[in-house]
Amino acid sequence: MRLYFYYVSVNIRSTMQYKASFILTAIGQFLVSFTIFLGIFFMFQRFSKVEGFTYSEVLLCFAIMLMEFSLAEMFARGFDQFSGMVKTGEFDRILVRPRNEIIQVLGSKFELTRIGRMMQAVVMFIYGIVKSEITWNFSKILTVVFMLAGGTAVFTALFLIYAALCFFTLDGLEFMNIFTDGAREFGKYPVGVYGEKVLLFTTFLIPYALVQYYPLLYILGRRTELVYMFLPLLACWFLVPALLFWKFGVRHYKSSGS
Amino acid sequence: MKKYLSFFRLRFSMGLQYRAAAFGGIVTQFVWGLMEIMIFRAFYRADPGSFPMSFSAAASYIWLQQAFLALFAPWLMEQEIFNSIVNGNVVYELCRPLSIYNMWFSRSIATRLSKAVLRCFPILGIAVFLPRPYGIVPPASRLHFILFLAALILGLAMAVSFCVLIYMLAFFTISPQGLQMIFITLTDFLGGGIIPLPFFPEKMRQFIELLPFAATQNVPLRIYSGSMTFPEIQKAILLQLFWLVTVTAVGKLLCLAAQKRVTVQGG
Repeated sequence: MRLYFYYVSVNIRSTMQYKASFILTAIGQFLVSFTIFLGIFFMFQRFSKVEGFTYSEVLLCFAIMLMEFSLAEMFARGFDQFSGMVKTGEFDRILVRPRNEIIQVLGSKFELTRIGRMMQAVVMFIYGIVKSEITWNFSKILTVVFMLAGGTAVFTALFLIYAALCFFTLDGLEFMNIFTDGAREFGKYPVGVYGEKVLLFTTFLIPYALVQYYPLLYILGRRTELVYMFLPLLACWFLVPALLFWKFGVRHYKSSGS
Repeated sequence: MKKYLSFFRLRFSMGLQYRAAAFGGIVTQFVWGLMEIMIFRAFYRADPGSFPMSFSAAASYIWLQQAFLALFAPWLMEQEIFNSIVNGNVVYELCRPLSIYNMWFSRSIATRLSKAVLRCFPILGIAVFLPRPYGIVPPASRLHFILFLAALILGLAMAVSFCVLIYMLAFFTISPQGLQMIFITLTDFLGGGIIPLPFFPEKMRQFIELLPFAATQNVPLRIYSGSMTFPEIQKAILLQLFWLVTVTAVGKLLCLAAQKRVTVQGG
């Protein structure tokens, strides 16, 4: 873990050499999620409800999702550039070092500019909570914490799978974007909005609904069963197949660099 | 002119080589389009009266947007060009007896067009056969279709001249990532990429439609779906022409300024 933080500090210092660009990038990151928020805001100026969810409820859902995604991204987006590493053979260098290869990949690219998005997520999160008109009690707060933990785990697992796929394809696969960026984009509305089939898919295949839809119903007081509170923790199990897949990929890795 | 045409041909046939990537893109965009339509369906069900266009017009808008994504997507800038500016390789391009602006312009158009040609037909082909309100419908009239094509070409030129403008600005900032990101977000949002412009509040929409960002995908897609009247179409196309000339002129001026004071990075 110390190694990881060392990598982070190296990256931060190198980014700070280009201050103007850093500020612009942070603003840019901020704008990205801000425009998504405006998209929701404008839609609700026109419509008062969607599938029974009001503006403040959707806002809470979006805020939590954005927070989960940002947390995962903050730590695990290093996998994003992983295809480049495999292509140039740089991964060889990592393998020969006597440290855990996941930590090295993660540390190789820690973008400070994600702080822009993180800030946006925090602001949205607070705004969403304040606006949500929910009477908070201990179990509901705990549910939110579980959601954050579970969601971060799910997205981290997805980034990991994305990277592991590069072992076989040598290139990042565009369709994986549906599951990462797409999930952030479409996760702003409760999954139930998209109909039965999408709900089934996101419950059993890629457990977005476990960290988003079901616990949200609990927080909003539509469901009272305690099971809904612990579903997000169940989603953490998604990390296991992702890790296994990564290990499998590393074992099959053939260097392609020169 | 011939030189730039051959640049165009070269890049175009190069772009056509990436068929596997195109297949991945088609799948992504198809799923993306479906999800998008499901959101709008949910809103439509909630209150059909507040929907600013017919539901099938919105579906057509989304499918065309996905099919022609490569023409307008502001994030499709060529990283190679940015890299060459940052690491100094751009001097090789500057040595040539060509206008670097025109060269990059024809190159960007070719890349976008080749991507779009590979992707648009399968997406449109499937979208035509989707059940009625969810699929793409034929254009409102033949005239609409012709105007749609004209606006599509203008919109593409507009998107590309924006991109080249950013390439030129990169000469001045050295690390272009931030600039790129701000530009991408603004164009996407104000051009109707996140939600179509008719879904914006009325006052805001009227203002945004005057901006250069709206002169890209917004105009052709809305002409096709028939959600614009003829006087509106006329105004929109004239605005497109105006902005195209303005943005290109600014880009060319920046190009001159950049060439005069170019600092080569690296050796």
